[in-house]
Amino acid sequence: MSQSRYPGTRGLAFKEPLLWERAHEGRIGISIPEQDVPESKLDASLTGPAPKLPDLSEVDVIRHYTRLSSWNFGVDTGMYPLGSCTMKYNPKINEAVASLPGFANIHPLMPESCLQGALKLMYELEQDLLKMTGMKAASLQPSAGAQGELAGILMIHAYHSHKGKQRSKMIMPTTAHGTNPASAALCGYTPVPVELNKDGVVTPEAIREVMDEDTAGIMLTNPNTLGIFENHVAEISKIIHDKGGLVYGDGANMNALMGYVDVHKMGVDVLHFNVHKTLSTPHGGGGPGAGPVVVNETLEPFLPVPRVKKEGDRYSLCFDAPLTIGRLQAFFGNFAILVRALAYTRTMGHMLKDATEIAVLNANYIKAGLKGYYNLPYPQASLHEVIFNDATQQKNGVTTLDIAKRLIDCGYHPPTVYFPLVVDGALMIEPTETESKADLDGFIEAMRAIAKEAETNPELVKDTPQNTMVSRPDETLAARQLILKGE
Amino acid sequence: MRYLSHTPEELRSMLDAIGVKDISGLFDSIPKEVRLDAPIDIKPRTEWELRREFEAMANANCPAVAFLGAGAYEHHVPAHIPYVAGRSEFLTSYTPYQPEVSQGTLQAIFEFQTMTANLLGMEVANASMYDGANAFAEAALMTFRLKRKTERIAYSRLNHPHYVETMQTYFRPSGFEAVELPILPNGRTDFSKIPDGVSAIIVQSPNFAGVIEDLEAASKAAKEKGVLLVVSFTEAMAWGLLKNPGSCGADIVCGEGSSFGIPLNVGGPGLGFLTCSKKNVRSITGRLVGETTDKNGNRSFVLTLAAREQHIRREKADSNICTNSGHNALTAAMYMATAGSRGLRAIAQLNHDKAAYLKAGLEKAGFKPLFDAPFFNEFAMKAPAGFEKRHEELVKKGFVAGLDLGRYYPEYKGAWLFCATEVHTREQIDAFLKEVA
Repeated sequence: MSQSRYPGTRGLAFKEPLLWERAHEGRIGISIPEQDVPESKLDASLTGPAPKLPDLSEVDVIRHYTRLSSWNFGVDTGMYPLGSCTMKYNPKINEAVASLPGFANIHPLMPESCLQGALKLMYELEQDLLKMTGMKAASLQPSAGAQGELAGILMIHAYHSHKGKQRSKMIMPTTAHGTNPASAALCGYTPVPVELNKDGVVTPEAIREVMDEDTAGIMLTNPNTLGIFENHVAEISKIIHDKGGLVYGDGANMNALMGYVDVHKMGVDVLHFNVHKTLSTPHGGGGPGAGPVVVNETLEPFLPVPRVKKEGDRYSLCFDAPLTIGRLQAFFGNFAILVRALAYTRTMGHMLKDATEIAVLNANYIKAGLKGYYNLPYPQASLHEVIFNDATQQKNGVTTLDIAKRLIDCGYHPPTVYFPLVVDGALMIEPTETESKADLDGFIEAMRAIAKEAETNPELVKDTPQNTMVSRPDETLAARQLILKGE
Repeated sequence: MRYLSHTPEELRSMLDAIGVKDISGLFDSIPKEVRLDAPIDIKPRTEWELRREFEAMANANCPAVAFLGAGAYEHHVPAHIPYVAGRSEFLTSYTPYQPEVSQGTLQAIFEFQTMTANLLGMEVANASMYDGANAFAEAALMTFRLKRKTERIAYSRLNHPHYVETMQTYFRPSGFEAVELPILPNGRTDFSKIPDGVSAIIVQSPNFAGVIEDLEAASKAAKEKGVLLVVSFTEAMAWGLLKNPGSCGADIVCGEGSSFGIPLNVGGPGLGFLTCSKKNVRSITGRLVGETTDKNGNRSFVLTLAAREQHIRREKADSNICTNSGHNALTAAMYMATAGSRGLRAIAQLNHDKAAYLKAGLEKAGFKPLFDAPFFNEFAMKAPAGFEKRHEELVKKGFVAGLDLGRYYPEYKGAWLFCATEVHTREQIDAFLKEVA
């Protein structure tokens, strides 16, 4: 594999024990400020022994985490084509401006006169999100995409309560992310699944069949998790609205639509953004992200509080909203993440459309490059991601999981696997716009080589990855022995 | 555009490989009726313009010596923590679904779970929630799963009001009910009248007025009534000094961890801690990292008990959480490892010392304690008449003299909540006291 265009893996990786295995009693890693005031003793009945934590020097801590970091794959390491996760490059200027002391060191309960810059930043980001979607109002409070979803469904729930009659069901296509039914269930709605047609989209007929006056609305991801645009969306929205329902737009795949689609025209009443997907903020190994929501006139009164208001040059926080769903967070949202999101929208500006175009181009380039090598269950036109599966390789006993693990040896993060559930053994590939042609060519070459290996040497593929610190950890054992804590 | 690398020649060859004439041909599936009419009306900035624009906004937040806590506490962040936490292998990776390329994150979170559980005296800690308010709401929902027939929970009036509001947001559509436990004249929660039919009592310690609650009494009252005890906190630093909630008999402990190495950031992102006993682990929400071995017998770590979560259980999941606060959990773990047992104790003690010094100074300046009760680094004081106006003048001089408690509690009108931590020097406190006097 050494002559290939894909990077492969070789490197210097150190073994590293657990923190407490490295610790040595008596070490300390922190500088303690001077005792410039008298000591004050609390009553002994209130205090306990010092907490059990490992004793390490600063150097120990740096070595430990530097070594651990080398066992991780990040976007800065290489191509990370996780479908529906939009693992694009995270610009470094975003990090630089987010750590400005005038943002980082500001307490959220300072008087408003001291928070003008922070409030302005939030206001401006709201405006950018509205410009990108054609919607009416925004809230930056949700902490992540799933909480943005919850905010949306809570608003729909509050809307129906306000109208005087609560409803019991929520429509969602079978391609929906797991967070959709979970968010609906948190609001007491029973999910009503809708199947796709043979073209991979939901049809107005299918919606007409299930929509009734006991259904609160629909949760629609567009493009859906097959990467296919739900082209009947406007008609579907009309069917929902005609029966008094509302349309929740899941914005997980907004990277396919920037500069092309007017969310308001799709008939969407509320949509969430995943700023850690579409707007380039880092995913941090699992968060924190942010999940702002944009709404139309119908749902504006129900937005979470506090809201940011602008009057003249002054910004203020507004709590006066009698129909609000309430608060979702201790303070105003994941501010430091929102700073990065605004840095991105301001860097890209109208060229957000270029990002979308290249993202869609890259996905289609991979689709063209792997057609014939992997089974393509939905050959229809698709946007920012493409879904193959392992139907061809299964004949030789090689599964999606094996293909994913073999990719690791080739120097790529695996795609999303076994999702969406509507495709057996799905390999969901989303390259994003920030991969170069050379990287895409390398990925295609690697995938083709694996397809070939699956025929000529399936046992090899099943015995991967070979160059990582660990290989195929036993998940069943983990769940059975349930060791969730060390010493 | 520097983030996009295709040259015109590459674009052409890629379009040819796909078999379309131009890029817009890839968007034919989007009907005209839903298209944007005009380009997005945002002007792209150069890096220079961007930096200037953001510096202007950052500078429009006025720096002040703030004696503020109430859920966000300024603590020293050792320089090496953001340095190593900022390594892009940690920062630019996704949720560790592929363990072979995520062992760094997985081991670090396993260590986070271990240290968090030890700090709070609990058996199991999850891999984090969004923030303290959400951990509080999730803890409350968890009690209804553990006490199947209940639909009400009792909470102390001196829980953080924003946490209670967040819980109520979650409760509203499901019909769960929250009832308040009153406060005694000494600033502690009255546990003598726990209502019938509740799943649990939730009490914050130190509470919103800074008072250290008697958690052992809370536990005794909860046990007598046959309900669960949930302990919440907003200031994780307190557990460097105080008896931990697990040893006092808490069934669930939740709270905010951003005191550990995470800057104030205007209040977010936070770091939610959620912990419980091993027997209740199947009812906890959020991700869990567990130890296992790989096919060669090497110790390794994976996400485990995923069958509780939304991506497997969908509408039957107990929570919809997916993305959590992973990078802040990593940062907090680095802080706990850096401070160690003795360091955390020393810094926590110093927090109390500074607060006691500030409190004594304020008393000399005519303030009276609202409660005669033990505190950690936060305390409430009745201010001399006309202090509200004085507060505004002090802001202009670069001091934020506490938080108006009357904003949240009409019964405490005229009282202010003050906080001092290890970052406040004696010089700053003295300068502030001179202005107040």
